[in-house]
Amino acid sequence: MSQPAVKCPDAAAAWAAAASVPDPEVPCVTVADLGILRDVVMENGIAVAKVTPTYSGCPATVAIELAIEAALRDAGFEPRIERVMSPAWTTDWISEEGREKLREYGIAPPEKASNSVRALFGETSVNCPKCGSSRTERISEFGSTPCKAHYRCMHCAEPFDYFKCI
Amino acid sequence: MEGSGKSDLFTAVLRLADDHLVLGHRLSEWCGHAPMLEEDLAMPNMALDLIGQARSLYQYAGELEGRGRGEDDLAYVRREREYYNCLLVERPNGDFAHTMLKQLWFAAYMEPFWAQVAKSPDETLAAIAGKAVKEMAYHVRHAGEWVIRLGDGTAESAARMQAAVEDLSPYLGELFEDDDISRNLADEGILPAPSSLQPHWERTVGGIFAEADLQMPEIALRQRGGRTGIHGESMGHLLAELQHMQRTYPGAQW
Repeated sequence: MSQPAVKCPDAAAAWAAAASVPDPEVPCVTVADLGILRDVVMENGIAVAKVTPTYSGCPATVAIELAIEAALRDAGFEPRIERVMSPAWTTDWISEEGREKLREYGIAPPEKASNSVRALFGETSVNCPKCGSSRTERISEFGSTPCKAHYRCMHCAEPFDYFKCI
Repeated sequence: MEGSGKSDLFTAVLRLADDHLVLGHRLSEWCGHAPMLEEDLAMPNMALDLIGQARSLYQYAGELEGRGRGEDDLAYVRREREYYNCLLVERPNGDFAHTMLKQLWFAAYMEPFWAQVAKSPDETLAAIAGKAVKEMAYHVRHAGEWVIRLGDGTAESAARMQAAVEDLSPYLGELFEDDDISRNLADEGILPAPSSLQPHWERTVGGIFAEADLQMPEIALRQRGGRTGIHGESMGHLLAELQHMQRTYPGAQW
């Protein structure tokens, strides 16, 4: 999510501080790149960061909230975290920049606006983040974290993570 | 909402939360024991989804009750008769075929359930549903692939999958049983009636069973009781492990 257009200077500074926090499990991208940080608003002098979890059981949610709180405090704000459940997070909220950072890091970014997961057994084609080949195969639907699946490239033989599309 | 309506909703949310906690706990028992490394990652990941959904539901149940009980109080310090999960989810894991079949049957039930709740006028439940429906779609797909692979696999794997169907089918009827609580909530449009989900479930599971070359079981009310707190023998053992930490160190947090 890009920064909302009209902001008071304080809110803009608070957004910048919160937005710089890296994701604890995928540190190449920030919470803003991933669209986890939805907004930062000033309410009676308190910087309220609105945060949405990726998956219901994502174990990083609490760590992310603590890191944002600390970043806001370091920037001189009195922070409060508000957990927003609706609308549900979707991989479509990962910014273009975030998708590029994921690819460079070796994680295939999610296929955009793909509904294929709902079509039972419909296969998504995922390109290898190392060599770009589309000749890849899925090893497991569930990878090292709930948000990733495990793939292997048939061309360069490199195993890699794919950020699942939800 | 009126007083009795609120207590119906509390019970209904608790039933849902208990389904997810107990099935999530069962799946977590596989951690470190799965037949292959990928499954050893997959099963705890699915368990995390379920336990995450349970946490949101327990938090909401605690708010509805308004007596200061939080998620840990509801999850860990009730007695067996106060858990309202369906019997299917508490069944012991058995072999991998049993586990995957149980997983498929539950996910195929919850996916259309959450899809409807996502449009519920109850905003908290709708928000929980918006996330959960996507997660359940993955569970259906993952467990469904295994049911096909085993059912349409070797003579040994097919026999085991068929045995799982026979062992677990007595618990299906309870999933689709309505009672006064579920009927009241369905009338108000807050939660779908369990019976209304059966056609969708039969389509999902029927398609997978056809590919797996398995016989669809008959859905009849045979084993029941979970929704009113009457459980099978294995439930007490499950709770002993689940509650061990909070019973030993009451109020422990980390």
